[in-house]
Amino acid sequence: MSRSAIGLGGSLGATLQRELQLAFSSPGRIVNPLMFFVIAVSLFPLGGRMSPDQLGTIAPGVIWVTALLAVMLSMESLFRSDFDDGSLEQLLLSPQPLYFHLQVKVLAHWLVTGLPLVVISPLLGLLLQLPAAGYAPLLLGLLLGTPALSMIAAIGTALTVGLARSGLLLAVLVLPLSIPVLVFGAGLVDTALNGLPLSGVVAVLGALLVLAGTLAPLAIGAALRISVH
Amino acid sequence: MWQWLYKLGSPRHFYEMTTGFVPWLTGVSLFLLIVGVVWGLGFAPPDYQMGDSYRILYIHVPTSMGGMGAFVLLAMMAAMHMIWNIKMADIVAKVCAPVGAGYTALGLITGSLWGKPTWGTYWIWEARLTSYLILLFLFLGVMALRAAYDSERSGSKAASVLAIVGVVNVPIIYYSVYWWNTLHQVPSELGRDGSANPPEIFIPALFTGFAVIGLFFLAVILRSRNEILYRERRAQWVQDLLEKELADV
Repeated sequence: MSRSAIGLGGSLGATLQRELQLAFSSPGRIVNPLMFFVIAVSLFPLGGRMSPDQLGTIAPGVIWVTALLAVMLSMESLFRSDFDDGSLEQLLLSPQPLYFHLQVKVLAHWLVTGLPLVVISPLLGLLLQLPAAGYAPLLLGLLLGTPALSMIAAIGTALTVGLARSGLLLAVLVLPLSIPVLVFGAGLVDTALNGLPLSGVVAVLGALLVLAGTLAPLAIGAALRISVH
Repeated sequence: MWQWLYKLGSPRHFYEMTTGFVPWLTGVSLFLLIVGVVWGLGFAPPDYQMGDSYRILYIHVPTSMGGMGAFVLLAMMAAMHMIWNIKMADIVAKVCAPVGAGYTALGLITGSLWGKPTWGTYWIWEARLTSYLILLFLFLGVMALRAAYDSERSGSKAASVLAIVGVVNVPIIYYSVYWWNTLHQVPSELGRDGSANPPEIFIPALFTGFAVIGLFFLAVILRSRNEILYRERRAQWVQDLLEKELADV
């Protein structure tokens, strides 16, 4: 008897397809983080009376912090419905390696929640009077940084999925671990605005993404096994 | 040796083995603390650059290192709990988190008090200070996660995962002053040849250093003993102990 009817590739492909289909069948999962991102960023100019120059100075930090919060708030949908209907248990019991499935699950989640944030970020840069030299580094930084944030936030989500009210606790767990990505991501834009070479900061962001992408699934898997029991 | 370690993993043996040790550790730690503080604050000569403000470092340096050491201990105990399911490891992990958080907070507070006269500011967002503040948040996160679970067992496993993930921050704190070369100075060559600091400044630091380490383990042991009694409150040996204590009174 074969252990499984389909190979690893087929299984991963099916997981990716399932996640994307689920996301597109409930557009709120895609649209809500995006709306949060746009609305929260646009509150900053309303909250304080600032000159365009001042606004441009705080733009990288505001956009990055808000993107981090949007990623974190979108995490609720990553495991919640799977936990409720039992398919998470099936994933843990599956003979296929959990590690790759978790990578694919987070990747699919990032494609529908993180990537739209990256795409819309130049518009927010425009709203916050970001100087022209800042757009490319903002996009590049978010492209490298948001998947890393998704991976890190998924650890906290997996740890709290079994709890009834997990929202604030998730923030307490995830925000400290996200600070390195935030520092280098916002730092990349500042570096560009100061006219300094970017390669070093880009390399650090890439390294953080690789580290989070390879090590976080191990922690996510361990955390899910605890939460499901 | 191995049998001794093995016995330490059992809550009951841990309790019995530490009973005689606690008064000694208390006495030695307090003695070291009093000598170190009186010598360091009262008799050591003022620094030629920092004047008298450097005396805060007698407390700042050991408590800051203690906070980091406590997180490493927390992560090690968490790993032992996850891998071998050792009860005692989880007890130590649980009780050392608040102690470590206290040391970390003390390190931050003394550091900012020292920063005001030396750097001219209580706080600055540079690599060492920021990563050390994250350490405090991680301690609080581990404690909050454990408290959020109704089941002691699930809570302990979840907190263990977070502690193991969070330990990546410790090398970042340690190397931050070398990697980023910012305001916080690198440690002077304490003890390696003793040349960086004259002995009359350096020796009181040894006293307060060992005192702070001793007090850390004292707090962890005392809290562990309470936790053991609570978790084993239905066990016969705890009942016997209670009756004996009551008979003594």
